[in-house]
Amino acid sequence: MPAAPDVPRDLRSLQRLMHRALLRPLATGDRMQRRWMDGRATAEVAAGFVRPNDRLSSLERLEIYNRMYWFRLIDNFHDDNPGLRAVLGPRAFNRLAIAYLTRYPSRSFTLRDLGARLEGFIRRAPRWTAPHTALAVDIARFEWAQTVAFDAPARPVLTTAEIARADPARLRLGLQPYVTLLALRYPVDTYVIAVKQRDALRAEASNASVAARTTARVRRIARPRREPVWIAVHRVDNRLFYKRLERPAYRILAALQAGRPLPRAVAAGGRAVTPAQVQEWFALWRQLGWLCRRK
Amino acid sequence: MPANAFNGHTDYGIGIGLRVPHYSHILSRKPVVDWFEIISENFLVGGGRPLEVLDQILEQYRVVQHGVSLYFGSTDRTDREHLRRLKALVRRTKTPWLSDHLCWGSVDGTYTHDLLPLPYTHEAARRTAAKIRQVRDYLEIPICVENVSSYAEFHLSEMTEWEFLTEVVEQADCGILLDVNNIYVSSRNHGFNPYEYLDGIPAHRVGQMHIAGHTKFEKYILDTHDHPVLDPVWQLYAHATKRCGVTATLLEWDDRIPSFQEVHAEALKANTYIAGARAASKPAPAHARRA
Repeated sequence: MPAAPDVPRDLRSLQRLMHRALLRPLATGDRMQRRWMDGRATAEVAAGFVRPNDRLSSLERLEIYNRMYWFRLIDNFHDDNPGLRAVLGPRAFNRLAIAYLTRYPSRSFTLRDLGARLEGFIRRAPRWTAPHTALAVDIARFEWAQTVAFDAPARPVLTTAEIARADPARLRLGLQPYVTLLALRYPVDTYVIAVKQRDALRAEASNASVAARTTARVRRIARPRREPVWIAVHRVDNRLFYKRLERPAYRILAALQAGRPLPRAVAAGGRAVTPAQVQEWFALWRQLGWLCRRK
Repeated sequence: MPANAFNGHTDYGIGIGLRVPHYSHILSRKPVVDWFEIISENFLVGGGRPLEVLDQILEQYRVVQHGVSLYFGSTDRTDREHLRRLKALVRRTKTPWLSDHLCWGSVDGTYTHDLLPLPYTHEAARRTAAKIRQVRDYLEIPICVENVSSYAEFHLSEMTEWEFLTEVVEQADCGILLDVNNIYVSSRNHGFNPYEYLDGIPAHRVGQMHIAGHTKFEKYILDTHDHPVLDPVWQLYAHATKRCGVTATLLEWDDRIPSFQEVHAEALKANTYIAGARAASKPAPAHARRA
C-alpha cells in the first residue's frame, strides 16, 4: 500500500510538515483545526509522524505545540501593542494578531522584530481594524517606534569642533538611529500614556488581590479625536521619551534624516521659521544627543 | 570534575538567570551571586537599556550566555547575521562557554520561537553535530547543548533520547548542558526511566546543569519554569551530581517570577545536594575503613 503523501521520510520533510501544523491558527476553544489543508482529518496527518502514548493521541500531542506557538506569539504581540489593544478591544485585537501573524510569521531569530510589518499590514488589510484603521495605523507606528527607541544603536554625536570645521553649505547631519519622527493624524502619545498608566494601576491592584483583578471592570479610555501632531520618539539616558515637535521643526529633522545638506534642511522648515527658532531647536537637538555623523 | 574543556575549565558554582524584574535589586543592592546566565537573544541589540544593564552587571559579576534560537537541529543554514551579533556579544561578556538547545525551531527562514524536539535518527544526529561544530568554530568558544523537555515523539526515531544526545555530542565533540528538570518532564511524558537517561550519557561532557520547576496537568507535564524545583527533580539532581561531579548549576525561573531573594534561596538549595555528592566522593577515613 502506498504511503500517505506527507508522511515524512527525513528530517527536512518532518520539520516542514510539523511547521505547517504549528502555524495553522487554532480553532474554537483553542483546539487544533480538525481538518488538514487537503480536507483529510488532521488526526490522520498527525498519526503519520507523531507517536501516540497511553494518555494522548498523536493529534493531542501535536496540539500542545500548536497551542504553545500561538499563545507565545500572541502574548508577545499583546505586550508590544498596549495602545492598539485598547483602541480595538480584546476580541478585535486578537483577530488582528492572528491575521497578522498568519500573513507575516516571524522571519527573525528574535521576537523583538515581530511587529516590524504591522503598520503596512493594517494599511493593506483595513478590515481587521475598521472603523478605526487610521487611528490603528498611527498607534502601530508609534508603538513600533518605541521598540526602536528602546534598543537601536547610537552613533557618535557631533562635536562642536566637528561642526565648526565643516563647510555649512555642504554639511549633512545624521539623526540617531533610535529617533523616529512621526507625523500623525491623532495625538496617540497622550492616549498611549493614559493606557499604560491604567494598565500599571491594574497590575498594582492585582498584587493586592487577584480576585479584584479578575472581577474589576476595565476603565475605558476615550479614543483620541483627530488632531495632527508631530512627534519624535527617542531615548535619553536609555529611558524612552516622546517629544512633541512643531511642524517646521519636524520638517527640518525629516530633511536632515533624508540626507539633505544643512541649508536645504533648514529651508524645508518653511519661510515663517526665524533664525532664532532654528538656533533654539538645533541647540535642543544637540543637547538631546539627536544629531550625529551620517553613516 | 567541576571544570572541564566544555565549560572553559571554570568552577562557577550556583547561578541564577538574569531577569528584568530583578534588575533594580541587583544593581542597587549588589547581592553576592556566583554567576548570572543571560539569554543571549535579549542582548543581541544595537544599544539602549539592555546593553547598559549588561555592562553594569559585567562590572560586578560573571556571566554565561545561554541561547534559545540557534536551532542546531534545524535543517536551515545558520543565520550569518545572528552569528555575527552573537560573536560580538561573546566578546563583550567573555562567557567561558555558550549553551543552546538540542532542538529545532525554524524552517525555510520562518521561526516558531519554540524548542521543538528532534526525531532521534542518525541523520538528525549527523546534521546537528555538523552545525554545532560550525557554530563553535565561528564563535571560538566551547559549546554545551541542552536537552529539551518534550511532549511528542516521532515514528522516525531510531534510538532513545539519551542515545541521541550522546551521538550528537560525541560527533560534535561538545559539552552537555544537562537540564535535570527537562529529563524529568520528558520521562513522565514519554514513560522512560530518568535514572537510565542519566546513567546513559557521557558524564565527562557535562559542563553545566539546569534545574527548574514544572507544572503537572492531567495527562502530561509542562516545563513552565514558574515554580520552585520539585522534590523528584532534586533527587535526580543529586544523582546527576554524584555521577557527573559538582558542576556549574543554574536555576531557571522565567514566569511568575518572585523576589530576587526567593529565587536565589531556591537556587542555593542545590548546595545540600552538592555537599552530599562531595561527601560521597571522599574516601572514608582510615578508622571507618577498618571498621
